[in-house]
Amino acid sequence: MELAKETVLEMQHIMKIYSNGVVANKDVSLELKKGEIHALLGENGAGKSTLMKVLFGIEPPDQGKIILNGSETAIRSPQDAISKGIGMVHQHFMLLPSLTVAENIILGVEPRKKKFFIDMKQAVKAASEIAEKYNFDIDVTAKVEEIPVGIKQKVEILKALYRGADILILDEPTAVLTPQETEELFVQLEKLRDDGRTVIFISHKLDEIKRICDRATIMRSGKSMGTYNVDEISTNDMSKLMVGREVVLEFDKEPAKPREVLLEVRNLSAYNTQGVQKVNGLSFEVRGGEILGIAGVEGNGQSELIDAITGLSRKYTGEILLKGEDIRKESIKGIREKKLAHIPEDRMASGCASHLNIQENLFSNQYTDDAYSGKLLLRTKTIQKRSDELIKEYLVKCKSQKQEVGMLSGGNIQKVIVAREFSTGPDVIIANQPTRGIDVGATEFIRRKLLEFRDAGCAVILVSADLNEIFSLSDRLAVMYKGNFSGVFTDVAHVTEEELGQYMLGIKNDHRKAGAAK
Amino acid sequence: MAGNIFSADFVNAILRMSTPILFATLASGIASKSGITNMALEGMLLFASLFGVIFSSLTHSFLGGLLLTMLIGGLIGLALAFFILQLKTDEILAAIALNLIATGGTVLLLLAVSGDRGASTSISSVSAPIVHIPFVEKIPFLGEVLSGQNLMTWLALLAVVVVHVFLYKTPMGLKIRAVGENKNAAESVGISSKKIQYIALVLSGVLCSMGGYFLSGGYMNMFTKDMSAGKGFIALAASSMGADTPIGGFLVTMLFGIAQALGNLMQLTTIPTELIQMIPYLTTLIGLAVYSYTVMKRKSRLGVH
Amino acid sequence: MKSSVKRFEIVRMFFAIVIALLVSFGIIFLVSDQPLTAIYTLITGPFKSKRNFANVIEAMIPLMFTGTGVCIMFSANQINLAGEGAFHLGGLVAAVVALKFGLPAGVSPVVAILLSGLAGAVFTAIPAILKIKTNSSVLVSSLMLNYIALWFAMFILMHYICDPSIGSASYVIPEESTLPTLVERTRIHPGLFIALAAALLGSVFLYKTKTGYELRLTGQNERFARYSGINIVKVICVSQLLGGFIAGIGGGVELLSPIYTRFSWTSLLGYGWDAIIICTLAKNNPLYTPLAALFLAYLRTGASIMARYTDVTLEIVQITQGIIILLVVAEQFLSGYKHKMIAKEAMESLKEKGV
Repeated sequence: MELAKETVLEMQHIMKIYSNGVVANKDVSLELKKGEIHALLGENGAGKSTLMKVLFGIEPPDQGKIILNGSETAIRSPQDAISKGIGMVHQHFMLLPSLTVAENIILGVEPRKKKFFIDMKQAVKAASEIAEKYNFDIDVTAKVEEIPVGIKQKVEILKALYRGADILILDEPTAVLTPQETEELFVQLEKLRDDGRTVIFISHKLDEIKRICDRATIMRSGKSMGTYNVDEISTNDMSKLMVGREVVLEFDKEPAKPREVLLEVRNLSAYNTQGVQKVNGLSFEVRGGEILGIAGVEGNGQSELIDAITGLSRKYTGEILLKGEDIRKESIKGIREKKLAHIPEDRMASGCASHLNIQENLFSNQYTDDAYSGKLLLRTKTIQKRSDELIKEYLVKCKSQKQEVGMLSGGNIQKVIVAREFSTGPDVIIANQPTRGIDVGATEFIRRKLLEFRDAGCAVILVSADLNEIFSLSDRLAVMYKGNFSGVFTDVAHVTEEELGQYMLGIKNDHRKAGAAK
Repeated sequence: MAGNIFSADFVNAILRMSTPILFATLASGIASKSGITNMALEGMLLFASLFGVIFSSLTHSFLGGLLLTMLIGGLIGLALAFFILQLKTDEILAAIALNLIATGGTVLLLLAVSGDRGASTSISSVSAPIVHIPFVEKIPFLGEVLSGQNLMTWLALLAVVVVHVFLYKTPMGLKIRAVGENKNAAESVGISSKKIQYIALVLSGVLCSMGGYFLSGGYMNMFTKDMSAGKGFIALAASSMGADTPIGGFLVTMLFGIAQALGNLMQLTTIPTELIQMIPYLTTLIGLAVYSYTVMKRKSRLGVH
Repeated sequence: MKSSVKRFEIVRMFFAIVIALLVSFGIIFLVSDQPLTAIYTLITGPFKSKRNFANVIEAMIPLMFTGTGVCIMFSANQINLAGEGAFHLGGLVAAVVALKFGLPAGVSPVVAILLSGLAGAVFTAIPAILKIKTNSSVLVSSLMLNYIALWFAMFILMHYICDPSIGSASYVIPEESTLPTLVERTRIHPGLFIALAAALLGSVFLYKTKTGYELRLTGQNERFARYSGINIVKVICVSQLLGGFIAGIGGGVELLSPIYTRFSWTSLLGYGWDAIIICTLAKNNPLYTPLAALFLAYLRTGASIMARYTDVTLEIVQITQGIIILLVVAEQFLSGYKHKMIAKEAMESLKEKGV
């Protein structure tokens, strides 16, 4: 690495207070050099996203300044940011599914003919040229709704490059990628660096930062904890700066004591909302007192499996037995009454009502319980008392139970959801990405709770993209691939990440072999 | 009655009755494509029909009146956009407020301008001209249909084509559709969704004002209180039934015109007038339900979420 | 923070009303030859006589009914505008019962009002059912339905209950069915108490009952409600039925009140639209609808007195209402002030923690 690379961008003493009173950035500074991959590292809620929103012109800072190529500048809008050579690839793709790749790439900077019309031929040509230049293998005439996730991300990067981005912000780019796709992405990022571009790599995966980044700026609770050369700092030190204490990765958990079968899935075939078959003749069982971890690349049938078990979807054939009873004819409420709890994948979309207060969010699954309501009326006093107990027990940081859930941080919202789900004393817990995108403290708390319930005899299904979580919690581990379990491991401690990756990508597949042997 | 249905008069009646609604339907379509439900069409029509009378009388010309009315239409669209986009007012409530202001405002404005109460009896306005096409008008049936239409009717038909090309072949059209499909995605490439929606609402206002102009300067020859009489709401329904596309909106509007013209013919029969008056609304209601149902079924079959 | 947010909401509503009134006064100056008299009459008119003030109370009653009904429908996040038609049909049904059923005094108004509520309930449920069965927009279908209600009522009026000596009105409502006058030389009637009870019960329903809780959960996040095990279809149907029921009762009560002697509604009366203003001012809580209705009724009464004695027409009120809605709903109206207030508090609490 050269020592005297020139500085392209400086953000100095940025302060940002949101209109709900959250102080997201207090005096943060960031300095970027030409031709580097710069990691922005921090827990969720540390203020990384806010800082990048300020840089990309989405949020105006309350204090501080931005110096681009030596002169102070104000970035007023994303358009402004793009025109100044800043590009951003968002965590959630910003593509228009009904349009083609080429249309998505040229959107906003369309080539024209006869002054008023879009020159579609020129658009396709320009899009293919830029794809070729950076070695991206993409059919630009395909519709975005038809291409896989990995390619979608490439389209996003191409979009930024087509607009002449010199500084490229990537917000947790590897979250949705397979290990192979991640590797491919890294090669391309290195190429961009060698081309003299600056990449901001937002992540909290330390190994990836070690692998690809030159320098790293670490943030903690809205403040910058300093910028370090990645070569010169250990992952341990990074995590210390991030959370101020060692991250507990290993749980000292008791060995599982499996009891009777609580949930049984027999020959399940499930279909998504579009009617496409996503689960393919799957059978398994989960016993009380054990955690079955389900790993797998997203979109291999995990969502459909969970929707079927929790009653959210009835588009399935086969049988699901909850404590021995078929639940096909049961309503969602009926299934919940059989003591099934469900932590949903998307906490804002289906896990809470963000404009209602904490108390109102805590009882949506149990307000009909005799303890909390009579024939018509809710027992407000009991509910209030119980809310305070739950807030205390689940360490929800809030002003009072009357605070709107939407005002809380992601981790605290998740704690509210977990408190609600676990407070019914469940026998079966379906936890779908229970700690995705939340801070380390809340993550650890929720994982411990899961273990606590397992030890109390609960059957737990844990679906997670976080391999660390899967390895540390699961008593048995299944890998989902194309609608079935490509592998099931009972000796979780001895499965390597590499081996798991092979099952996740279908390179190894015990199910197919078994099927062939029949 | 069968003879009546195939007469040129019948077709003329359909086109005449559909003209204001067609403009408003196109207006609704552009707004919807940009992601905004424009329920203020009703108020926009009303304002435009008053301003049409005032301006055409001031300028003593049809064209001057029309252009100034379109300008006002654009300004009303701008005002609506300002409240929705700048002040973050709920679009439905903003539209309800605008409609209210239009109902009261037109009456008071008329009072202030002319002293008339409820109808512009003392204003001598200029109506849109009738287009007579030489030679063609002599062809039986076809000539009668093609010739002798109000100029605004021709403009409405032309507007269908223009809006279609605009939405599907131009950069601005692509941007409008992009913003309507996914605002965040459009924003992420530097398209200011606010700006695009401003443009869409201004255009919506301009188109709608042309319909309003026809109401008081073509369909009738003066402004009367509340003369939009729910046409803006019908246009909203027609547009959503036509998938918010200009061609779809056009077809639905024609269907609606046929229903209304048939209803008028039926007044010659013994069917009570009150029930006939109900026909357009009932047609729209049933049509919308059938259309929405087929879309829902197709989506679940094709798998679009 | 909650307190400051609440305080802000009140401040904002106050400013919205003041600005709307100022704009309206400005308009009066433009159109009137005697603007000061007009404004003076508008403001003081309602207090000038017992009868005038009674007019305010009378005008409040239908507003409270439709306002409460719409609050309940909107709380389930259904933009159902059929309250207008429900009120209209309520009036029609009450008239038909009064004229055709020949029930004895005491029984007749009760039956008439209950049946008008029922008619309203069925009517507002139609858009909801269409939404559930065909996925068509509640907004659009309810708009169409209002006109259908209008013409249906016209049909019944002209063909079944029409008094030929008048032409476009029904026969006189028989005395057995009418609601009595409560205060001498006014038209204040027992509907006032029914309306207040509806507002109170509506609020209790939304905020204290199981179904009300389900309804608000569904209104706030339908997916969350479904995931929690709530029967969305049931909740939506109940909310629209109940909202329409209250609006329908409003129509029935209004028609049987001393204000009307015959059914003569040949156009929609607009109480459904007014309800949306009431709802906006009451922030969707029926408990505050009496207050909002009082304000609107006061404004209306003042305006109609003004229209009687000066050259300014009644329609000025619609402009005032429009501006109030715009400003009350505009999130960003005075938001700079709000942000400053919240930022100040945040900074203070940072200091307090001794950072």
